[in-house]
Order: sequence, then structure tokens, then C-alpha cells
Amino acid sequence: MNPVDRLNGWARRLPVWAVYLICALPAPYLFYLGLTGGLGVEPIEALEHEYGEIALQFLIAGLCITPLRRRLGVNLMRFRRAIGLLAFFYLTLHLLVWLVLDVQILSQIWADILKRPYITVGMAGFLMLVPLALTSNNWSVRKLGPRWRQLHKLVYAAALLGGLHFVMLRKGFQLEPLIYLAVIAVLLLMRLDWRAIPRLNRA
Amino acid sequence: TMLGGLPGNARAQDALEPNSWEEITSYNNYYEFGTGKDDPARYADQLTTEPWSVTIDGLVDRPGEYAFQDIMSEMTIEERIYRFRCVEAWSMVVPWNGFELADLLDMAGVQDGARYVAFETLLRPSEMPGVARSVLDWPYVEGLRLDEARHPLTLMATGIYGRPIPNQNGAPLRLVVPWKYGFKSIKSIVRITLTEDEPPTSWNKANPREYGFYSNVNPDVDHPRWSQATEREIGGGLFSKRKPTLMFNGYEDEVAALYEGMDLSVNF
Repeated sequence: MNPVDRLNGWARRLPVWAVYLICALPAPYLFYLGLTGGLGVEPIEALEHEYGEIALQFLIAGLCITPLRRRLGVNLMRFRRAIGLLAFFYLTLHLLVWLVLDVQILSQIWADILKRPYITVGMAGFLMLVPLALTSNNWSVRKLGPRWRQLHKLVYAAALLGGLHFVMLRKGFQLEPLIYLAVIAVLLLMRLDWRAIPRLNRA
Repeated sequence: TMLGGLPGNARAQDALEPNSWEEITSYNNYYEFGTGKDDPARYADQLTTEPWSVTIDGLVDRPGEYAFQDIMSEMTIEERIYRFRCVEAWSMVVPWNGFELADLLDMAGVQDGARYVAFETLLRPSEMPGVARSVLDWPYVEGLRLDEARHPLTLMATGIYGRPIPNQNGAPLRLVVPWKYGFKSIKSIVRITLTEDEPPTSWNKANPREYGFYSNVNPDVDHPRWSQATEREIGGGLFSKRKPTLMFNGYEDEVAALYEGMDLSVNF
């Protein structure tokens, strides 16, 4: 059996609830580490960054599912909703740590959102994902029909904003956030219909 | 005595509760070893600090290469417990050991025309993994106006808690300017140059909109990307409360006169 078939076989046997469970476990574990000194001497910043980075990783994982199927024949479609909702889950935790533990001051939260571009960008990305999380159920898929697919393309913009937010918040241009942004950009570019472009040029 | 001869509030520093050795030596910005807060503690032990010498040149009477041990034998080491406020809006209290920069400048003899002091950090790629990336224009450079450099609060630190300063904190000797953001307090100094003109400084070169030459701690002048009104003290755990940032990091009585008549939002 070739590796792709083997992978698809495993994927068929792995229950979706197990993906939810396993992938959600780092959340309480990281919080526990933060409480007990396992995240270093500045646990608030560390926890905020950990949750944010995991959220980005799930967003990227979600963007990989279609190209994996189209280009390699690896079918992980049945986990796509779980991966998207996990991204939203970690993003919400990231936001909560920022609101409740980091900034703390209500008036400053609003000022930060308006005044600081990297927070504006991050918040816009989060807000775009809210309707997607709310419509991640079978009823909404049926109810919205073809509009559901259109709506969920918002994840492309949200992922891009997330990557940009990461690049903007660091002091100086650092490598790690640029790698994230580049991976997101490549995954989005792969969705462009390249064959359509020369045709456009000819027209 | 800790700050003998200084008026008023400086003595209230005796009330400052220093952070632990672990906190001071595990949460550092020293980009030559990487941009993560734990990178310096992880990689800086590769740094060779013996032998060490500091070139003092420019507008001085006795320019030359001063061996670290020779400097130490001339200087009086005292303890200074200072607040340390990072531009990233976190803070610590550090019990430094060191000598006044003014004494070192006197050792070299500052000439009349000198108005600024430029500093340079060691650049040794074989021992500094972080310099492989051009996060900053290496070597790291900093600068002070001469009156700031000669201020009695301005320290050349060589120790913490009575022990030699760890590599990740800037061994074997670093600047400490407690009323300025931490990045002004340049680490592992190999050159001090007295100049007539304002010297270039690393973060200002990298982003002049965000980092000025003066970089005095000022709760009223925000960093373009975050507020400087409050700070988080390291060591308070997951539920620690932010506290208000003090003008000149609490050293206003001692240093405000240096900036009389200057618009601090322009000269930030």
C-alpha cells in the first residue's frame, strides 16, 4: 500500500472527537504551566504568545487540507471543521489572555484596538472568524447552501491578517513571523487558478 | 552607602524589593544570542569574557585599550538597586554592582570638545548565533550625551547580587542608565568613544519613528505600537497587576534638570 493510501486509511479510522480532544489538551496544560512557573518568569506574555501561535498553526493546517487532497490525494476533509474550530478556540483564548490578564484596563483595550495597527489587524482577523465559527454546523451548511462556501472564504483574509499581526508585533523584522506569513501566502497563492491567468492575458 | 550624596527620592530606593537571581538572569533581551527572551540564558555561556579589554578613544587625553582587570583595580565597586524598565513595558528591580561611568571617563581624561559618549558591544559571530540574522545592524551601538554619561546614577555594572554579571546580562561590563529604557543600557562593551556629534544608536537606526536617541522612560509618550503608561513587574505570576510607569522611571528628582527646556515628546 502506498503512503497516501495508508494515510487515508488512518484518517478514516481516527474519530473526529479524538482530534478535538487531543488538540484541545494543550490549552489547559499551558495554563497549568503558566500557573506553576513552567512558562518562565513572565507567564502572561508567554501564554498569550503560545495560544496565538497555536491558533495560527491551526489556521495554516486548515488551509493545507484542500491542497493536500487536490495535489497529493491525502483526504483529511472530515477533520476540516474540527481544525477550523480549534483555531478559533485558541484564538479566543489568545484574545482572552490579552484582555483579562495582559491589558486589564477596559478603557485601554478600546484605545489599543483603534490606535495600534497590529492590534487592529489582529482584531479584524478575529472578527472575520466569528461568523465562520457560528456557521460551523450542519444546519448552517444546509441553510446557507452555496453562500456557505462563499462566506467561509473569509478564512483566507483572516489567516493573512493573523500572519501580518504576528510580523507587526515583534521588535524589528524577525524570521519566525515572516516564515508564518510566507507559508500562509504560499497556501493562498496555490488556490489561484494559474491556468486562468495566461488566458486573461491573451484576452 | 548606596547613593550617598544624592538628594531626596534616591534614598527611597532602599525600599525597592529586588527581583530574584532566577528572574534577572532568565528573562533577557540580548539579540546577539537570539530574539527569544530565553535565548540569551541558553546561548550566552558560549561567550568568552576573559581576556577582555575596552578601547577608549576619541576626544580623550589617554586613549587606548584598557584591560578589564586594570579598570577594575582602579574602580570602587558599589551596590546600586535600580528599577529596570524595558521599552516593551515590563520591569524588574536589579541589585547591580559596579562603578560610576564618570570615574571611568575621568580615568581616560575627557577633552573639552567632547559632548557625547558612544558605546559599542562586542561582535563575535563565532560565539553569537543571533548575529547571523540582520535583525539589527551589528555591532550594537548606543550613546549618551556627556552630561547624562557623567550623571552619578549612570553606572558601569560588573555584577549582580555580588556575583560577576552573567553573560546573558552583559558580561563582563555593561552600562546601566536607570531612567532610560533598558535598550540604552548597552551590554558587553568593547569600545567607548568620546565624540563631538550625537552618535548613531542601534534601535534608532532600525526604526527612528519608534526609538529616539534619548529614550527616557516617559509614561506620557507612547511607543507607536503600545502604551508606556503602565508596566508589568516580572515575577508577579499569571495574575500580576500592571502598575503605573513613573516619569524617568522614578528618578525624576535626580535627572529632570538634564532635560530642562526640552520638549520630551519631540526628543523622545
